Amino acid sequence: MARKLPAAEDQSRAPGFSRRNFLKTAGVGAAASTVVGVGGACTKEPTVIGPDATTLRLRVNGTTQTVTVEPRVTLLNALRNELDLTGAKEVCNRGACGGCTVLLDGDPIKACMMLAADAEGHEITTVEGLGSPDEMSPLQKAFVEADALQCGFCTPGFVVSGTALLAKNPDPTLDEIKDGLAGNLCRCGTYSRIFEAVQKTARRG
Amino acid sequence: MHNFELAKAYTTTQARDLLAEKPNSILKAGGIDVIDHLKQHLIAPNRLVDIKSVSGLDDIDVDRDGNLRIGALVTLARVAADEDIKKDFPALAQACGEAASPQIRNVATIGGNLLQRPRCWYYRLESYKCIKKGGDTCFAIAGMNRYNVIFGGGPAYPPHPSSAAVPLVAYGASLVLEGPEGTRTVPAGEFFVLPDVDPERENTLGEGEILTEIRVPAAAGKKSAYAEVRERAGFDWPVVSAAVAVEEDGGSVKSARIVLGQVATIPWRATKAEEALVGQPLGAASAEAAGQAAVDGAEPMTDNGYKVDLVTALVRRVVASLA
Ligand SMILES: Cc1cc2nc3c(=O)[nH]c(=O)nc-3n(C[C@H](O)[C@H](O)[C@H](O)COP(=O)(O)OP(=O)(O)OC[C@H]3O[C@@H](n4cnc5c(N)ncnc54)[C@H](O)[C@@H]3O)c2cc1C
Ligand code: FES
Ligand code: FES
Repeated sequence: MARKLPAAEDQSRAPGFSRRNFLKTAGVGAAASTVVGVGGACTKEPTVIGPDATTLRLRVNGTTQTVTVEPRVTLLNALRNELDLTGAKEVCNRGACGGCTVLLDGDPIKACMMLAADAEGHEITTVEGLGSPDEMSPLQKAFVEADALQCGFCTPGFVVSGTALLAKNPDPTLDEIKDGLAGNLCRCGTYSRIFEAVQKTARRG
Repeated sequence: MHNFELAKAYTTTQARDLLAEKPNSILKAGGIDVIDHLKQHLIAPNRLVDIKSVSGLDDIDVDRDGNLRIGALVTLARVAADEDIKKDFPALAQACGEAASPQIRNVATIGGNLLQRPRCWYYRLESYKCIKKGGDTCFAIAGMNRYNVIFGGGPAYPPHPSSAAVPLVAYGASLVLEGPEGTRTVPAGEFFVLPDVDPERENTLGEGEILTEIRVPAAAGKKSAYAEVRERAGFDWPVVSAAVAVEEDGGSVKSARIVLGQVATIPWRATKAEEALVGQPLGAASAEAAGQAAVDGAEPMTDNGYKVDLVTALVRRVVASLA
Protein backbone atom coordinates (compact mmCIF):
# COMPACT_ATOMS: atom_id res chain seq x y z
CA MET A 1 0.00 0.00 0.00
CA ALA A 2 1.38 3.35 -1.05
CA ARG A 3 0.92 5.13 2.18
CA LYS A 4 3.45 7.86 1.97
CA LEU A 5 2.13 9.34 -1.24
CA PRO A 6 5.52 10.68 -2.29
CA ALA A 7 4.19 12.02 -5.55
CA ALA A 8 1.70 14.20 -3.77
CA GLU A 9 4.30 15.47 -1.35
CA ASP A 10 6.66 16.40 -4.14
CA GLN A 11 3.93 18.19 -5.91
CA SER A 12 2.88 20.10 -2.88
CA ARG A 13 6.15 21.95 -3.10
CA ALA A 14 5.78 22.69 -6.78
CA PRO A 15 4.26 25.98 -7.86
CA GLY A 16 0.67 25.79 -9.01
CA PHE A 17 -0.19 23.06 -6.54
CA SER A 18 -3.89 22.74 -5.91
CA ARG A 19 -5.92 20.64 -3.55
CA ARG A 20 -7.61 19.05 -6.50
CA ASN A 21 -4.27 17.93 -7.89
CA PHE A 22 -3.32 16.61 -4.51
CA LEU A 23 -6.43 14.48 -4.28
CA LYS A 24 -6.01 13.20 -7.79
CA THR A 25 -2.38 12.34 -7.25
CA ALA A 26 -2.96 10.88 -3.82
CA GLY A 27 -5.75 8.84 -5.31
CA VAL A 28 -3.39 7.17 -7.74
CA GLY A 29 -1.26 5.96 -4.88
CA ALA A 30 -4.21 4.61 -3.00
CA ALA A 31 -6.03 3.22 -6.01
CA ALA A 32 -3.17 0.84 -6.73
CA SER A 33 -4.48 -1.42 -4.02
CA THR A 34 -7.95 0.01 -3.76
CA VAL A 35 -9.61 -1.41 -6.80
CA VAL A 36 -12.88 0.41 -6.82
CA GLY A 37 -15.60 0.19 -9.39
CA VAL A 38 -15.95 3.86 -10.12
CA GLY A 39 -17.93 4.72 -13.19
CA GLY A 40 -17.84 8.34 -14.30
CA ALA A 41 -14.61 10.11 -15.04
CA CYS A 42 -15.70 12.92 -12.74
CA THR A 43 -15.82 10.67 -9.65
CA LYS A 44 -12.83 11.21 -7.45
CA GLU A 45 -10.70 8.23 -6.54
CA PRO A 46 -10.59 7.34 -2.86
CA THR A 47 -7.47 8.21 -0.88
CA VAL A 48 -5.76 6.35 1.92
CA ILE A 49 -3.22 7.93 4.28
CA GLY A 50 -1.34 6.57 7.28
CA PRO A 51 -0.80 4.92 9.60
CA ASP A 52 2.56 6.64 9.15
CA ALA A 53 2.83 10.39 9.18
CA THR A 54 1.78 12.21 6.03
CA THR A 55 1.92 15.83 5.09
CA LEU A 56 -1.31 17.77 5.41
CA ARG A 57 -1.97 21.24 4.16
CA LEU A 58 -4.01 23.28 6.59
CA ARG A 59 -5.39 26.78 6.05
CA VAL A 60 -4.91 28.44 9.41
CA ASN A 61 -5.65 32.09 10.13
CA GLY A 62 -5.47 32.95 6.47
CA THR A 63 -2.21 31.22 5.57
CA THR A 64 -1.47 27.74 4.28
CA GLN A 65 0.67 25.64 6.58
CA THR A 66 1.92 22.10 6.28
CA VAL A 67 2.13 19.60 9.10
CA THR A 68 3.45 16.06 8.92
CA VAL A 69 1.42 13.96 11.30
CA GLU A 70 -0.14 10.54 11.69
CA PRO A 71 -3.86 10.38 10.87
CA ARG A 72 -4.72 9.90 14.55
CA VAL A 73 -3.46 13.38 15.42
CA THR A 74 -6.28 15.72 16.31
CA LEU A 75 -6.61 19.20 14.88
CA LEU A 76 -5.99 20.53 18.39
CA ASN A 77 -2.67 18.72 18.72
CA ALA A 78 -1.61 19.72 15.22
CA LEU A 79 -2.30 23.38 16.01
CA ARG A 80 -0.63 23.33 19.39
CA ASN A 81 2.27 20.93 18.89
CA GLU A 82 3.11 21.40 15.20
CA LEU A 83 2.13 24.99 14.50
CA ASP A 84 2.79 26.44 17.95
CA LEU A 85 -0.68 27.96 18.10
CA THR A 86 -1.36 27.37 21.78
CA GLY A 87 -4.41 29.61 22.12
CA ALA A 88 -6.81 26.68 21.80
CA LYS A 89 -6.46 24.74 25.05
CA GLU A 90 -6.56 21.03 25.73
CA VAL A 91 -8.68 20.67 28.85
CA CYS A 92 -11.15 17.76 28.87
CA ASN A 93 -9.95 16.39 25.51
CA ARG A 94 -13.41 14.78 25.09
CA GLY A 95 -15.52 17.49 23.47
CA ALA A 96 -17.13 18.51 26.73
CA CYS A 97 -15.62 21.83 27.79
CA GLY A 98 -15.01 24.03 24.73
CA GLY A 99 -11.50 25.04 25.76
CA CYS A 100 -10.23 23.94 22.35
CA THR A 101 -12.84 25.81 20.29
CA VAL A 102 -11.70 27.03 16.87
CA LEU A 103 -13.65 28.13 13.81
CA LEU A 104 -13.98 25.84 10.82
CA ASP A 105 -15.28 27.86 7.87
CA GLY A 106 -16.67 30.30 10.43
CA ASP A 107 -18.47 27.73 12.58
CA PRO A 108 -17.21 26.89 16.07
CA ILE A 109 -16.03 23.31 16.52
CA LYS A 110 -14.11 21.41 19.18
CA ALA A 111 -10.62 20.86 17.82
CA CYS A 112 -9.98 18.00 20.26
CA MET A 113 -12.70 15.93 18.56
CA MET A 114 -11.61 16.42 14.96
CA LEU A 115 -8.73 14.76 13.17
CA ALA A 116 -6.27 17.22 11.65
CA ALA A 117 -6.69 15.43 8.31
CA ASP A 118 -10.40 16.23 8.40
CA ALA A 119 -9.66 19.93 8.57
CA GLU A 120 -7.88 19.91 5.21
CA GLY A 121 -9.74 22.02 2.68
CA HIS A 122 -11.36 24.17 5.36
CA GLU A 123 -10.52 27.61 6.74
CA ILE A 124 -9.42 27.27 10.35
CA THR A 125 -9.42 30.31 12.62
CA THR A 126 -7.90 30.17 16.07
CA VAL A 127 -8.06 32.83 18.76
CA GLU A 128 -4.69 34.08 17.46
CA GLY A 129 -6.36 34.80 14.14
CA LEU A 130 -8.99 37.03 15.70
CA GLY A 131 -6.60 39.64 17.06
CA SER A 132 -3.32 40.19 18.84
CA PRO A 133 -2.46 41.86 22.15
CA ASP A 134 -1.63 45.02 20.21
CA GLU A 135 -4.63 44.81 17.94
CA MET A 136 -7.39 43.13 19.82
CA SER A 137 -10.72 42.26 18.23
CA PRO A 138 -13.74 44.09 19.68
CA LEU A 139 -14.72 41.02 21.71
CA GLN A 140 -11.18 40.48 22.99
CA LYS A 141 -11.13 44.12 24.08
CA ALA A 142 -14.48 43.73 25.80
CA PHE A 143 -13.19 40.69 27.72
CA VAL A 144 -10.36 42.83 29.08
CA GLU A 145 -12.66 45.72 29.94
CA ALA A 146 -15.26 43.53 31.62
CA ASP A 147 -12.54 41.62 33.47
CA ALA A 148 -14.22 38.51 32.07
CA LEU A 149 -11.64 36.01 33.29
CA GLN A 150 -10.05 34.67 36.41
CA CYS A 151 -7.54 31.93 35.59
CA GLY A 152 -8.11 32.62 31.88
CA PHE A 153 -7.83 29.03 30.73
CA CYS A 154 -11.32 28.99 29.21
CA THR A 155 -11.00 32.47 27.69
CA PRO A 156 -9.74 31.62 24.17
CA GLY A 157 -12.60 29.14 23.72
CA PHE A 158 -15.19 31.64 24.92
CA VAL A 159 -13.75 34.38 22.69
CA VAL A 160 -13.92 32.10 19.64
CA SER A 161 -17.47 30.91 20.42
CA GLY A 162 -18.56 34.47 21.18
CA THR A 163 -17.07 35.74 17.93
CA ALA A 164 -18.98 33.11 15.95
CA LEU A 165 -22.17 33.92 17.83
CA LEU A 166 -21.92 37.65 17.11
CA ALA A 167 -21.11 37.02 13.45
CA LYS A 168 -24.38 35.11 13.08
CA ASN A 169 -26.46 37.17 15.47
CA PRO A 170 -25.06 40.69 16.00
CA ASP A 171 -27.71 41.61 18.56
CA PRO A 172 -28.29 38.54 20.75
CA THR A 173 -30.53 38.46 23.81
CA LEU A 174 -29.00 37.21 27.05
CA ASP A 175 -30.67 33.82 26.49
CA GLU A 176 -29.25 33.64 22.97
CA ILE A 177 -25.80 34.43 24.35
CA LYS A 178 -26.19 31.64 26.91
CA ASP A 179 -27.26 29.21 24.17
CA GLY A 180 -24.44 30.28 21.86
CA LEU A 181 -21.85 29.83 24.61
CA ALA A 182 -23.43 26.68 26.07
CA GLY A 183 -20.61 24.47 24.82
CA ASN A 184 -17.97 26.34 26.82
CA LEU A 185 -17.36 25.78 30.50
CA CYS A 186 -15.63 28.17 32.90
CA ARG A 187 -14.32 26.37 35.94
CA CYS A 188 -13.86 29.68 37.75
CA GLY A 189 -17.49 30.61 37.17
CA THR A 190 -16.91 33.93 35.41
CA TYR A 191 -20.05 33.53 33.31
CA SER A 192 -21.79 36.80 34.14
CA ARG A 193 -18.74 38.85 33.11
CA ILE A 194 -18.33 36.77 29.95
CA PHE A 195 -21.96 37.40 29.00
CA GLU A 196 -21.41 41.09 29.75
CA ALA A 197 -18.41 41.22 27.42
CA VAL A 198 -20.48 39.74 24.60
CA GLN A 199 -23.37 42.13 25.28
CA LYS A 200 -20.98 45.09 25.34
CA THR A 201 -19.52 44.10 22.00
CA ALA A 202 -22.99 43.66 20.52
CA ARG A 203 -24.09 47.10 21.73
CA ARG A 204 -21.07 48.71 20.13
CA GLY A 205 -22.06 47.05 16.85
CA MET B 1 -4.60 6.62 20.80
CA HIS B 2 -4.35 3.56 18.58
CA ASN B 3 -2.95 4.47 15.15
CA PHE B 4 -4.85 3.71 11.96
CA GLU B 5 -5.15 4.36 8.26
CA LEU B 6 -7.54 7.07 7.21
CA ALA B 7 -9.35 6.41 3.96
CA LYS B 8 -11.58 8.92 2.27
CA ALA B 9 -14.48 7.80 0.09
CA TYR B 10 -16.39 9.91 -2.41
CA THR B 11 -19.16 7.41 -3.17
CA THR B 12 -20.96 4.84 -1.04
CA THR B 13 -19.56 2.10 -3.28
CA GLN B 14 -16.04 3.30 -2.58
CA ALA B 15 -16.84 3.40 1.12
CA ARG B 16 -18.13 -0.15 1.13
CA ASP B 17 -15.13 -1.37 -0.84
CA LEU B 18 -12.72 0.42 1.47
CA LEU B 19 -14.48 -1.19 4.42
CA ALA B 20 -14.48 -4.67 2.95
CA GLU B 21 -10.88 -4.48 1.72
CA LYS B 22 -9.26 -4.31 5.13
CA PRO B 23 -10.33 -6.32 8.16
CA ASN B 24 -11.30 -4.29 11.21
CA SER B 25 -12.22 -1.16 9.27
CA ILE B 26 -14.96 1.14 10.50
CA LEU B 27 -16.94 4.05 9.11
CA LYS B 28 -16.51 7.59 10.33
CA ALA B 29 -18.89 10.45 9.67
CA GLY B 30 -18.54 13.49 11.96
CA GLY B 31 -16.22 11.36 14.06
CA ILE B 32 -17.37 12.61 17.47
CA ASP B 33 -18.23 9.17 18.80
CA VAL B 34 -15.49 7.37 16.86
CA ILE B 35 -12.81 9.68 18.28
CA ASP B 36 -14.23 9.27 21.77
CA HIS B 37 -13.99 5.48 21.42
CA LEU B 38 -10.41 5.78 20.15
CA LYS B 39 -9.39 8.02 23.04
CA GLN B 40 -11.01 5.67 25.55
CA HIS B 41 -9.24 2.67 23.98
CA LEU B 42 -12.56 0.99 23.26
CA ILE B 43 -11.78 0.30 19.61
CA ALA B 44 -8.58 -0.34 17.68
CA PRO B 45 -9.50 -0.20 13.99
CA ASN B 46 -6.98 -0.77 11.22
CA ARG B 47 -8.71 1.77 9.06
CA LEU B 48 -11.24 4.54 9.40
CA VAL B 49 -13.30 5.04 6.28
CA ASP B 50 -14.32 8.68 6.24
CA ILE B 51 -17.62 9.17 4.46
CA LYS B 52 -17.95 12.90 5.02
CA SER B 53 -16.97 13.61 1.39
CA VAL B 54 -19.44 11.13 -0.09
CA SER B 55 -21.62 13.16 -2.38
CA GLY B 56 -25.39 13.14 -2.21
CA LEU B 57 -25.70 12.30 1.47
CA ASP B 58 -25.98 15.83 2.82
CA ASP B 59 -29.25 17.15 1.48
CA ILE B 60 -32.48 18.03 3.23
CA ASP B 61 -35.43 17.71 0.92
CA VAL B 62 -39.20 18.03 1.35
CA ASP B 63 -41.24 16.76 -1.57
CA ARG B 64 -44.55 18.15 -2.82
CA ASP B 65 -46.51 15.87 -0.51
CA GLY B 66 -44.53 17.02 2.50
CA ASN B 67 -42.40 13.90 2.92
CA LEU B 68 -39.00 14.72 4.38
CA ARG B 69 -35.67 13.19 3.42
CA ILE B 70 -32.51 13.91 5.35
CA GLY B 71 -29.14 12.68 4.12
CA ALA B 72 -27.21 10.78 6.78
CA LEU B 73 -24.40 13.35 6.69
CA VAL B 74 -26.53 16.39 7.48
CA THR B 75 -25.25 17.90 10.73
CA LEU B 76 -27.43 18.29 13.79
CA ALA B 77 -26.96 22.07 13.45
CA ARG B 78 -28.44 22.04 9.96
CA VAL B 79 -31.40 19.89 10.99
CA ALA B 80 -32.10 22.27 13.88
CA ALA B 81 -31.90 25.37 11.67
CA ASP B 82 -33.86 24.09 8.68
CA GLU B 83 -37.02 26.14 8.13
CA ASP B 84 -39.08 23.25 6.70
CA ILE B 85 -38.13 20.97 9.56
CA LYS B 86 -38.83 23.66 12.13
CA LYS B 87 -42.29 24.23 10.64
CA ASP B 88 -43.46 20.66 9.93
CA PHE B 89 -41.31 18.51 12.22
CA PRO B 90 -40.70 20.80 15.21
CA ALA B 91 -39.92 17.94 17.59
CA LEU B 92 -37.01 16.88 15.40
CA ALA B 93 -35.64 20.41 15.04
CA GLN B 94 -35.85 20.87 18.78
CA ALA B 95 -34.23 17.55 19.72
CA CYS B 96 -31.31 18.16 17.35
CA GLY B 97 -31.01 21.79 18.48
CA GLU B 98 -30.74 20.76 22.13
CA ALA B 99 -28.39 17.83 21.61
CA ALA B 100 -24.82 18.31 22.83
CA SER B 101 -23.32 21.79 22.29
CA PRO B 102 -23.12 24.25 19.38
CA GLN B 103 -19.58 23.08 18.52
CA ILE B 104 -20.59 19.38 18.48
CA ARG B 105 -23.77 20.05 16.50
CA ASN B 106 -21.69 21.72 13.79
CA VAL B 107 -19.79 18.46 13.24
CA ALA B 108 -22.00 15.57 14.41
CA THR B 109 -24.15 14.06 11.67
CA ILE B 110 -27.70 12.85 12.13
CA GLY B 111 -26.67 9.41 10.88
CA GLY B 112 -23.84 9.17 13.39
CA ASN B 113 -26.19 10.42 16.08
CA LEU B 114 -28.54 7.50 15.50
CA LEU B 115 -25.65 5.02 15.41
CA GLN B 116 -23.58 6.33 18.34
CA ARG B 117 -22.90 3.87 21.15
CA PRO B 118 -24.29 4.17 24.70
CA ARG B 119 -22.84 6.59 27.22
CA CYS B 120 -23.09 4.37 30.30
CA TRP B 121 -19.86 5.10 32.16
CA TYR B 122 -19.08 1.42 32.67
CA TYR B 123 -19.26 0.91 28.92
CA ARG B 124 -17.10 3.98 28.29
CA LEU B 125 -14.39 3.01 30.77
CA GLU B 126 -11.82 0.62 29.35
CA SER B 127 -11.24 -1.02 32.72
CA TYR B 128 -14.80 -2.38 32.98
CA LYS B 129 -15.28 -5.37 30.74
CA CYS B 130 -19.04 -5.10 30.83
CA ILE B 131 -21.58 -7.19 28.99
CA LYS B 132 -21.70 -4.65 26.16
CA LYS B 133 -18.02 -5.36 25.57
CA GLY B 134 -18.25 -9.13 25.70
CA GLY B 135 -18.04 -9.45 29.48
CA ASP B 136 -20.62 -11.28 31.51
CA THR B 137 -22.24 -8.60 33.64
CA CYS B 138 -23.73 -5.14 33.54
CA PHE B 139 -21.91 -3.23 36.27
CA ALA B 140 -24.78 -0.77 36.54
CA ILE B 141 -26.95 -3.38 38.25
CA ALA B 142 -24.93 -3.34 41.47
CA GLY B 143 -23.13 -0.07 40.75
CA MET B 144 -23.97 3.55 40.10
CA ASN B 145 -27.11 3.51 37.99
CA ARG B 146 -28.77 6.89 38.42
CA TYR B 147 -28.54 7.57 34.67
CA ASN B 148 -29.47 4.04 33.58
CA VAL B 149 -32.75 2.69 32.30
CA ILE B 150 -36.17 2.05 33.78
CA PHE B 151 -37.48 0.28 30.65
CA GLY B 152 -36.14 -2.44 28.39
CA GLY B 153 -33.19 -3.39 30.57
CA GLY B 154 -31.55 -6.78 30.82
CA PRO B 155 -29.00 -8.16 30.50
CA ALA B 156 -27.54 -4.66 29.88
CA TYR B 157 -29.04 -1.42 31.21
CA PRO B 158 -27.60 1.57 29.30
CA PRO B 159 -29.96 4.28 28.04
CA HIS B 160 -30.05 4.74 24.28
CA PRO B 161 -28.07 7.93 23.75
CA SER B 162 -29.54 9.41 20.58
CA SER B 163 -31.59 12.58 20.97
CA ALA B 164 -32.57 12.57 17.28
CA ALA B 165 -33.96 9.02 17.43
CA VAL B 166 -36.72 9.99 19.86
CA PRO B 167 -38.70 12.34 17.54
CA LEU B 168 -37.80 10.24 14.49
CA VAL B 169 -39.52 7.19 15.97
CA ALA B 170 -42.45 9.42 17.00
CA TYR B 171 -42.82 10.65 13.41
CA GLY B 172 -42.69 7.08 12.06
CA ALA B 173 -39.43 7.67 10.16
CA SER B 174 -37.56 4.96 8.30
CA LEU B 175 -33.89 4.47 7.61
CA VAL B 176 -32.41 3.68 4.21
CA LEU B 177 -29.47 1.29 4.50
CA GLU B 178 -27.15 0.42 1.64
CA GLY B 179 -25.23 -2.81 2.00
CA PRO B 180 -23.47 -5.55 0.09
CA GLU B 181 -26.83 -7.26 -0.54
CA GLY B 182 -28.52 -4.10 -1.79
CA THR B 183 -30.60 -1.35 -0.26
CA ARG B 184 -33.25 -1.85 2.40
CA THR B 185 -35.60 0.51 4.20
CA VAL B 186 -36.33 -0.17 7.86
CA PRO B 187 -38.80 1.63 10.13
CA ALA B 188 -36.78 3.45 12.80
CA GLY B 189 -38.98 1.82 15.44
CA GLU B 190 -37.76 -1.61 14.32
CA PHE B 191 -34.12 -0.69 13.70
CA PHE B 192 -33.20 -0.34 17.37
CA VAL B 193 -33.07 -3.59 19.33
CA LEU B 194 -33.24 -4.52 22.98
CA PRO B 195 -30.15 -5.92 24.72
CA ASP B 196 -31.83 -9.28 25.22
CA VAL B 197 -31.54 -9.74 21.45
CA ASP B 198 -27.80 -8.99 21.55
CA PRO B 199 -26.30 -7.10 24.49
CA GLU B 200 -23.36 -5.91 22.37
CA ARG B 201 -25.45 -3.92 19.95
CA GLU B 202 -28.23 -1.37 19.88
CA ASN B 203 -29.51 -1.78 16.34
CA THR B 204 -29.67 -4.09 13.35
CA LEU B 205 -27.16 -2.31 11.10
CA GLY B 206 -25.64 -5.10 9.04
CA GLU B 207 -22.00 -5.80 8.34
CA GLY B 208 -20.80 -3.35 5.69
CA GLU B 209 -24.07 -1.42 5.66
CA ILE B 210 -24.17 2.36 5.31
CA LEU B 211 -27.05 4.49 6.49
CA THR B 212 -27.66 6.81 3.58
CA GLU B 213 -30.92 8.56 4.30
CA ILE B 214 -33.67 9.14 6.82
CA ARG B 215 -37.20 9.36 5.48
CA VAL B 216 -39.95 10.96 7.48
CA PRO B 217 -43.53 10.74 6.22
CA ALA B 218 -45.43 14.00 5.81
CA ALA B 219 -46.57 15.38 9.15
CA ALA B 220 -49.06 17.92 7.83
CA GLY B 221 -52.00 18.06 10.20
CA LYS B 222 -50.01 16.39 12.98
CA LYS B 223 -49.34 18.22 16.20
CA SER B 224 -45.96 17.38 17.68
CA ALA B 225 -43.54 18.53 20.35
CA TYR B 226 -40.35 17.47 22.11
CA ALA B 227 -38.93 18.36 25.50
CA GLU B 228 -36.14 17.10 27.70
CA VAL B 229 -35.04 17.41 31.30
CA ARG B 230 -31.39 18.01 32.13
CA GLU B 231 -29.56 18.47 35.39
CA ARG B 232 -27.99 21.69 34.08
CA ALA B 233 -30.06 24.22 32.15
CA GLY B 234 -27.22 24.57 29.64
CA PHE B 235 -25.48 21.92 27.61
CA ASP B 236 -25.84 18.51 29.22
CA TRP B 237 -27.15 15.07 28.36
CA PRO B 238 -30.88 14.81 29.02
CA VAL B 239 -31.90 12.51 31.87
CA VAL B 240 -35.34 12.08 30.30
CA SER B 241 -36.74 13.24 26.97
CA ALA B 242 -40.10 12.83 25.27
CA ALA B 243 -41.48 13.36 21.78
CA VAL B 244 -45.20 13.33 21.10
CA ALA B 245 -46.91 13.37 17.70
CA VAL B 246 -50.71 13.23 17.44
CA GLU B 247 -53.34 13.40 14.72
CA GLU B 248 -56.74 14.76 15.63
CA ASP B 249 -60.15 14.12 14.16
CA GLY B 250 -63.14 16.22 15.12
CA GLY B 251 -61.67 17.52 18.34
CA SER B 252 -60.27 14.29 19.72
CA VAL B 253 -57.06 12.37 19.20
CA LYS B 254 -57.21 9.88 16.33
CA SER B 255 -53.71 8.48 16.67
CA ALA B 256 -50.72 9.21 18.89
CA ARG B 257 -47.09 8.31 19.18
CA ILE B 258 -45.30 8.97 22.42
CA VAL B 259 -41.59 8.14 22.53
CA LEU B 260 -39.29 8.43 25.51
CA GLY B 261 -35.53 8.98 25.43
CA GLN B 262 -32.76 8.29 27.99
CA VAL B 263 -34.97 5.95 30.05
CA ALA B 264 -34.75 2.78 27.95
CA THR B 265 -32.21 0.78 26.02
CA ILE B 266 -33.96 1.85 22.81
CA PRO B 267 -36.11 4.89 21.95
CA TRP B 268 -39.13 3.73 23.98
CA ARG B 269 -42.68 3.83 22.72
CA ALA B 270 -45.02 4.45 25.62
CA THR B 271 -47.88 2.53 24.01
CA LYS B 272 -50.12 2.65 27.09
CA ALA B 273 -49.81 6.44 27.06
CA GLU B 274 -50.66 6.48 23.36
CA GLU B 275 -53.77 4.41 24.07
CA ALA B 276 -54.74 6.74 26.90
CA LEU B 277 -54.82 9.67 24.46
CA VAL B 278 -56.73 8.10 21.60
CA GLY B 279 -60.38 9.16 21.52
CA GLN B 280 -59.79 11.93 24.06
CA PRO B 281 -59.59 15.67 23.41
CA LEU B 282 -56.13 17.15 24.06
CA GLY B 283 -56.21 18.92 27.39
CA ALA B 284 -55.22 18.79 31.03
CA ALA B 285 -57.17 15.60 31.75
CA SER B 286 -55.82 13.58 28.82
CA ALA B 287 -52.30 14.92 29.46
CA GLU B 288 -52.51 13.71 33.05
CA ALA B 289 -53.79 10.29 31.96
CA ALA B 290 -51.02 9.95 29.37
CA GLY B 291 -48.38 10.93 31.92
CA GLN B 292 -49.60 8.29 34.35
CA ALA B 293 -49.85 5.62 31.65
CA ALA B 294 -46.39 6.42 30.27
CA VAL B 295 -44.67 4.72 33.22
CA ASP B 296 -46.61 1.49 32.83
CA GLY B 297 -44.14 -1.35 33.20
CA ALA B 298 -41.31 0.81 34.53
CA GLU B 299 -38.69 -1.13 36.49
CA PRO B 300 -36.45 1.38 38.21
CA MET B 301 -33.00 0.34 39.41
CA THR B 302 -31.60 1.19 42.84
CA ASP B 303 -30.78 4.86 42.13
CA ASN B 304 -32.99 5.96 39.26
CA GLY B 305 -36.53 5.87 40.62
CA TYR B 306 -36.62 9.64 40.09
CA LYS B 307 -36.87 8.96 36.35
CA VAL B 308 -40.34 7.45 36.87
CA ASP B 309 -41.67 10.72 38.24
CA LEU B 310 -39.85 12.72 35.57
CA VAL B 311 -41.42 10.65 32.79
CA THR B 312 -44.91 11.24 34.20
CA ALA B 313 -44.33 14.96 34.52
CA LEU B 314 -42.61 15.37 31.16
CA VAL B 315 -45.22 13.44 29.16
CA ARG B 316 -47.97 15.41 30.89
CA ARG B 317 -46.19 18.65 30.04
CA VAL B 318 -45.48 17.81 26.40
CA VAL B 319 -49.02 16.54 25.72
CA ALA B 320 -50.52 19.59 27.44
CA SER B 321 -48.36 21.87 25.26
CA LEU B 322 -50.19 20.51 22.20
CA ALA B 323 -53.67 21.34 23.49
C1 LIG C 1 -19.90 16.43 25.28
C2 LIG C 1 -20.89 15.70 24.41
C3 LIG C 1 -22.26 15.82 24.66
C4 LIG C 1 -23.18 15.15 23.86
N1 LIG C 1 -24.52 15.30 24.09
C5 LIG C 1 -25.42 14.66 23.30
C6 LIG C 1 -26.82 14.79 23.47
O1 LIG C 1 -27.29 15.52 24.34
N2 LIG C 1 -27.64 14.09 22.66
C7 LIG C 1 -27.17 13.29 21.66
O2 LIG C 1 -27.95 12.70 20.93
N3 LIG C 1 -25.85 13.14 21.47
C8 LIG C 1 -24.98 13.82 22.26
N4 LIG C 1 -23.64 13.65 22.05
C9 LIG C 1 -23.18 12.63 21.10
C10 LIG C 1 -23.01 13.16 19.71
O3 LIG C 1 -24.19 13.80 19.29
C11 LIG C 1 -22.71 11.96 18.82
O4 LIG C 1 -21.47 11.43 19.18
C12 LIG C 1 -22.70 12.36 17.37
O5 LIG C 1 -23.99 12.72 16.95
C13 LIG C 1 -22.20 11.23 16.50
O6 LIG C 1 -22.28 11.64 15.14
P1 LIG C 1 -20.97 11.61 14.22
O7 LIG C 1 -21.37 12.04 12.87
O8 LIG C 1 -19.87 12.37 14.86
O9 LIG C 1 -20.70 10.06 14.25
P2 LIG C 1 -19.35 9.22 14.15
O10 LIG C 1 -18.59 9.35 15.42
O11 LIG C 1 -18.66 9.52 12.89
O12 LIG C 1 -19.98 7.75 14.04
C14 LIG C 1 -20.69 7.16 15.11
C15 LIG C 1 -20.93 5.69 14.78
O13 LIG C 1 -21.81 5.55 13.68
C16 LIG C 1 -21.18 4.90 12.58
N5 LIG C 1 -21.64 5.65 11.40
C17 LIG C 1 -21.65 7.00 11.25
N6 LIG C 1 -22.28 7.35 10.13
C18 LIG C 1 -22.68 6.19 9.55
C19 LIG C 1 -23.41 5.89 8.36
N7 LIG C 1 -23.87 6.87 7.56
N8 LIG C 1 -23.65 4.59 8.06
C20 LIG C 1 -23.21 3.60 8.87
N9 LIG C 1 -22.51 3.82 10.01
C21 LIG C 1 -22.25 5.11 10.34
C22 LIG C 1 -19.71 4.95 12.85
O14 LIG C 1 -19.06 3.83 12.31
C23 LIG C 1 -19.68 4.93 14.37
O15 LIG C 1 -19.82 3.62 14.83
C24 LIG C 1 -22.70 14.33 22.82
C25 LIG C 1 -21.35 14.20 22.58
C26 LIG C 1 -20.43 14.89 23.36
C27 LIG C 1 -18.97 14.74 23.07
S1 FES D 1 -10.57 20.17 25.30
FE1 FES D 1 -11.86 20.03 23.57
S2 FES D 1 -13.80 20.30 24.42
FE2 FES D 1 -12.56 20.20 26.20
S1 FES E 1 -11.54 31.90 33.95
FE1 FES E 1 -10.83 30.07 34.88
S2 FES E 1 -11.89 28.55 33.77
FE2 FES E 1 -12.81 30.36 33.09
